[in-house]
Amino acid sequence: MSCSCLELVDPKEVKLDAVLSAYQGKKGVLVPVLQEAQEIYGYLSQEVMEKISRTLRILPAEVYGVATFYSQFRLKPMGKHIIQICLGTACHVRGGAKVLEAIEEKLRIKDGETTSDGRFSLEIVACIGACGLAPVVSIDGDVHGRLIPERVGQILENYV
Amino acid sequence: MKQEKGKEKRKILVCAGTGCLSTGALSLIQELNQEIEAQGLTEQVTVVPTGCHGFCEQGPTLIFEPEQTLYVQVKKQDISEIIDKEFKQDLRIERLLYQDPLTGKKTETFANTNFFVKQERIVLQNCGFIDPENIEDYLARDGYKGLMTALKQKSPDEVIEEVKKSGLRGRGGAGFPTGLKWSFCRQTHADKKYVICNADEGDPGAFMDRGVLEGDPHSVIEGMLIGAYGIGSDEGYIYCRAEYPLAIKHLKKAIKDAEEAGFLGENILGSGFNFKLYIRAGAGAFVCGEETALMASIEGKRGMPRARPPFPAQKGLWDKPTNINNVETWSSVPHILRRGAQWYTQYGTEKSKGTKIFALTGKVNNTGLVEVPMGITLREIIFDIGGGIQDNKKYKAVQIGGPSGGCLPESLLDLAVDYESLTSVGAMVGSGGLVVMDETTCMVDIARFFVNFSQKESCGKCTPCREGNKRMFEILDRITQGKGQLEDLEKLEKLARVIKDSSLCGLGQNAPNPVLASLKYFRDEFLSHILDNQCPAGVCTAFLSYHIDNELCKKCGLCVKNCPVNAISGDKHTPYSIDLETCIKCGICVEKCKFAAVVRSGKE
Repeated sequence: MSCSCLELVDPKEVKLDAVLSAYQGKKGVLVPVLQEAQEIYGYLSQEVMEKISRTLRILPAEVYGVATFYSQFRLKPMGKHIIQICLGTACHVRGGAKVLEAIEEKLRIKDGETTSDGRFSLEIVACIGACGLAPVVSIDGDVHGRLIPERVGQILENYV
Repeated sequence: MKQEKGKEKRKILVCAGTGCLSTGALSLIQELNQEIEAQGLTEQVTVVPTGCHGFCEQGPTLIFEPEQTLYVQVKKQDISEIIDKEFKQDLRIERLLYQDPLTGKKTETFANTNFFVKQERIVLQNCGFIDPENIEDYLARDGYKGLMTALKQKSPDEVIEEVKKSGLRGRGGAGFPTGLKWSFCRQTHADKKYVICNADEGDPGAFMDRGVLEGDPHSVIEGMLIGAYGIGSDEGYIYCRAEYPLAIKHLKKAIKDAEEAGFLGENILGSGFNFKLYIRAGAGAFVCGEETALMASIEGKRGMPRARPPFPAQKGLWDKPTNINNVETWSSVPHILRRGAQWYTQYGTEKSKGTKIFALTGKVNNTGLVEVPMGITLREIIFDIGGGIQDNKKYKAVQIGGPSGGCLPESLLDLAVDYESLTSVGAMVGSGGLVVMDETTCMVDIARFFVNFSQKESCGKCTPCREGNKRMFEILDRITQGKGQLEDLEKLEKLARVIKDSSLCGLGQNAPNPVLASLKYFRDEFLSHILDNQCPAGVCTAFLSYHIDNELCKKCGLCVKNCPVNAISGDKHTPYSIDLETCIKCGICVEKCKFAAVVRSGKE
């Protein structure tokens, strides 16, 4: 049988290697490296963090410390679509909590959870700066504004 | 505007800020381009996607240049009619014009709307009028002329002197004089110095910086270049929160274009001055808006503040002298250099010069970004520019300064807005979020909201902030649950003083402000919760009760169908009633009832 090494190469790992070699030797790169690693894998697994630690010569505890300090970093796999519901001040006074309730009820998940089919993850965020359109949710970065609980179902249907 | 009417190609400026994008601006742009081509008008009209027009409530908005006709809440279906009427028949479409919420009058041009008339746009002057991804547009509106003035006509010391004379103070909230800050950093001797733009706009309810970064990124870069030249720095960072992807995209493009045009890099404009600029995306930690935490974050560490002194001007990023200013501050600088400190000082009050951008949100008719001279009253901002309270409700409070600020009552509406006046009443300019609240907002709930925010965002370094805010949250939560006691108010005030006095950074020092201000101005509401078992605004669920007014009830049964817990009974023959034991107080029945027969009251 001929060698099939090439097929065994994980494309995500190739990408991570490229990121690591681009940043290697530069100072203060841990946050952007973690951001790009998360972009590739969707979350930061222990293996990925260990690899970053080894390559950048930063203590594993430090990598883990930074990864857990910032709310952007996720240590477990997320759903295909990420719903961020804003409960900042403007959304709070304009009824964001009702929209959250509608989403929770529709998807049967709470803040920080993922639906059992892996389709959606739900996160509460403090402000995404679209206050003029409060209350808002952001799904995969698309902002949906002036929401009323009744519109939630229809919006979610667009994300298969 | 300078354009001569009829000779210039006409423009349609489409707001493509985050707000309007979410209401369909992108499809409008496509549709406009298709329609212009279909009607053979490509020679006469161009479509320009711009940054935020500021008028978020009315989005998506279109402005036609040069006449400045404003169309609001435009839909895809309107496009062919717009092109036909506007460019073939020279007619306005009445229904798309902005209607004043108070007078009902229609206004034709953006400049004549009540929203715009009282504004003084300096920092926002390009926002919404240029394509932020096109450096030519910025140059056509005197872009980089401030830098040219600095490099060609002034020594670094003269640049700092000019900024000092302008009276510009830090727009990030604390209001420290910008020129003075620069001079500290200039005076420190070092082989390397950094300048940083703090674009980690984390205050909930604030999006001024987002507007500027998305709509006019070059103005921030130009300001940083001028500052770096004054201070003697050759490297800078823009630390922008990751929640603002469009801002980061526009900044990246702007930096690339500025490098190609020779405004960034080596020997800028032949002056011998070098400057390299990098972007760092934040990773979602509110405390990183604090300057020492922000620098730790750029260094790749956990973003935790450290004690000052040494101040960043002595020891900052990687222990080198560093100067940090916020987006709006940097963006004000090019105008000051180009038009002179003297010109800038005509705006504002004696101690607070120039203009400030506020993000006007909440229960106000015209939400959006407004830039006003310092010293304007809150009443003018909320009622003249903001068009008053939504749905003709009654004004209760305005929250200013985010989690570090406070809620101000009606009696303070005529307060002139500047750094000193706001601090004297227990609030602060902060970054500039103004969240308007009406009679249906509960002030105890709002105090709880802010303390909850601060206790979650506390980095945990100082015990009083980490533990104290948590305890304050628990007390406030208890009060909103109907389990408050009179001595809780004293406990809150005592805790607040300790947290303020013994926290290291601005987050902890200011976190109790929203509670203290609410206790000062809205103590009655706290007392109602504690003594009368009542939430006057009808917000806190624990106090709510519902009943059906049988005189208004038409026995349609809609409430019964919609009640998620089957708490409502009744039929054509027996009067409808709600079983309060079963009721979960969700309020769906109130929303569904077409005859206002379900009555919600804030008292159990």
